Amino acid sequence: MAEPPVRRRPRLGVFKFASCDGCQLTLLDCEDELLPLAAEIEIAHFVEASSDVQPGPYDLSLVEGSVSTPEHLERIRRIRAESRRLVTIGACATAGGVQALRNFADVAEFRATVYAKPDYIETLATSTPISAHVPVDFELRGCPIDRGQLIEVITAFLADRRPDIPDHSVCFACKRRGTTCLPVAHGIPCLGPVTHAGCGALCPAYGRGCYGCFGPSGSANMPAMIPLLRSDGMSDEDVLRFLHTFNVAKFAAIEPEREDP
Amino acid sequence: MPSATAPPDAGSTACVLDPEGIGALVRELRARGRTVIGPTERDGAIVLAELESADELPYGWGVELEGGYYRIKRRTDAAAFAHSAGPQSWKNFLHPERVRQWTADRAPDGGMTVRAERPEPTSFAFLGVRPCDLRAIQIQDRVMTGGRHRDDAYEERRTGAFLIVVECTEPGATCFCVSMGTGPAAQPGYDLALTEVVDGTGHRFLARAGTEEGADILAGLPRRPADDLTRTRAREDVEAAAGRMGRTMPEVDLRALLAGTLEAERWNDVAARCLTCGNCTMACPTCFCTTTEDVTDLTGDHAERWRRWESCYDLDFTHLPGGSVRSSGRSRYRQWLTHKLGTWWDQFDSSGCVGCGRCIVWCPVAIDITEEAHALHQESLDRQAGPKDETP
Repeated sequence: MAEPPVRRRPRLGVFKFASCDGCQLTLLDCEDELLPLAAEIEIAHFVEASSDVQPGPYDLSLVEGSVSTPEHLERIRRIRAESRRLVTIGACATAGGVQALRNFADVAEFRATVYAKPDYIETLATSTPISAHVPVDFELRGCPIDRGQLIEVITAFLADRRPDIPDHSVCFACKRRGTTCLPVAHGIPCLGPVTHAGCGALCPAYGRGCYGCFGPSGSANMPAMIPLLRSDGMSDEDVLRFLHTFNVAKFAAIEPEREDP
Repeated sequence: MPSATAPPDAGSTACVLDPEGIGALVRELRARGRTVIGPTERDGAIVLAELESADELPYGWGVELEGGYYRIKRRTDAAAFAHSAGPQSWKNFLHPERVRQWTADRAPDGGMTVRAERPEPTSFAFLGVRPCDLRAIQIQDRVMTGGRHRDDAYEERRTGAFLIVVECTEPGATCFCVSMGTGPAAQPGYDLALTEVVDGTGHRFLARAGTEEGADILAGLPRRPADDLTRTRAREDVEAAAGRMGRTMPEVDLRALLAGTLEAERWNDVAARCLTCGNCTMACPTCFCTTTEDVTDLTGDHAERWRRWESCYDLDFTHLPGGSVRSSGRSRYRQWLTHKLGTWWDQFDSSGCVGCGRCIVWCPVAIDITEEAHALHQESLDRQAGPKDETP
């Protein structure tokens, strides 16, 4: 009897740029799926999980973090060249992360204030998403990403199909799970109406307004959103802070124009 | 067809239940194996949920409603149904937000087994269906089971459901059932109808049956014959409610209005305010749109098809090769309103709006379907009148 042909498992690479590691950790958090995943895919490069680092090429690369240093610029091009599919994971990789606050300030001033020897620090003036530098096959949102969505993206890649990751608002998830609307019933400021779904409306389910960690939805009307936040008691400064968190650059890009203070 | 203010005690089986009778009603329905769903206070709202006893009804709670505004408030009496439409509707149970339709498995020899999902048998009893919501259920019946492509699972849930309508005596500021001809009095289609009366004589419910099963259940409850005072109070309270609608629709042919205002300036105005978040469609008791998604497991040997609520505000709703057909917020709001008030007639021979006001309350930015309809009507009147200065 002939041996069945040995199926080559697709090779996975996981890479980190400027980030906190939380999104790659989400992969390790997939406890129930980790063994089935390892059976279907060869984890070739995942420094957070293993020091056994295999060279490329990779069938699927998951890239966490933003482009923040001159070295990153060169490295992301190399990873892209070695990857058949490249998926960015998390707010840093898809929007520049909280570190993109620097995009609206003077990075030299930050450097001088924070570091004892600023001349040791090599950094770019901006923190930018991976997609600003190389073509990206899919962007998975969140700070951090959702475990179920990560498995869905990897599974979809294995089946060569489009991942089932809707880009509508968080409100869809609240209504579906039966969470009563926080702004309407309690006057609590909530970014749900302009925020990309994917978390399952986790915060509103616990009575906390959405703070937009998945970034803008596919159809976010920011000029209509700001007056709602104001009527729920936020000052202009509060609104600015609310929007300027993990997806600061993405929200800033669609904020209505305002006069500088 | 009874009018909106038809006497609620027209049936011959009218009787009076005390609050203890409502308790007995819930016990009897549960004893018959039904899952009783009704209003209850949770997280600062009157939500619909399974009731284990009538004690969970929101006795003494009322609601204060406005565009984008909902607050529960304590009443001075102990009325259980003195609140208007809440955040959910009965579609959450009859047309669930997420349903698995089939699963498929690939065997090692390559063979494929597909299993259609059979819905679990359900036997709901809905306690506290408002007259507008009864109409909404009937509208969804037409959508789900009235055409060539019937939704068997919906039909199973629906035909097994026992409907207890409670007439409206406390309409909200966002209610307009009178404009839509759906309330506040109960219209046919219920198993039981109740009218809650609270006055110096006591807290009681005028009850009558609409079906044999309704009469059978009523016969087993502690009750007394309907007295004239209760009949009169019930009728007067419902008639008074009809006069206290917070909103109205323009008294025109809405279908013609919507068909004639497709290029109105008003669409730009509302689009500037609309978040396109989709809340109105999810809260609407008649919006029925779904999408289907196929998912696989990591091995690729197991696949499932899921159907879930979708909304015309989602860009994906009209996603075709090349992008979304309705990419602007303007086109999506217009789609929703023209369908709800206009083309629903062409498709299903009725309005898609029942006047419950949920889309007004649960719109975070208080967009008001009645205000938009009035504005479109005004704009069409202005257009017909023509420019004032330029007429020769």
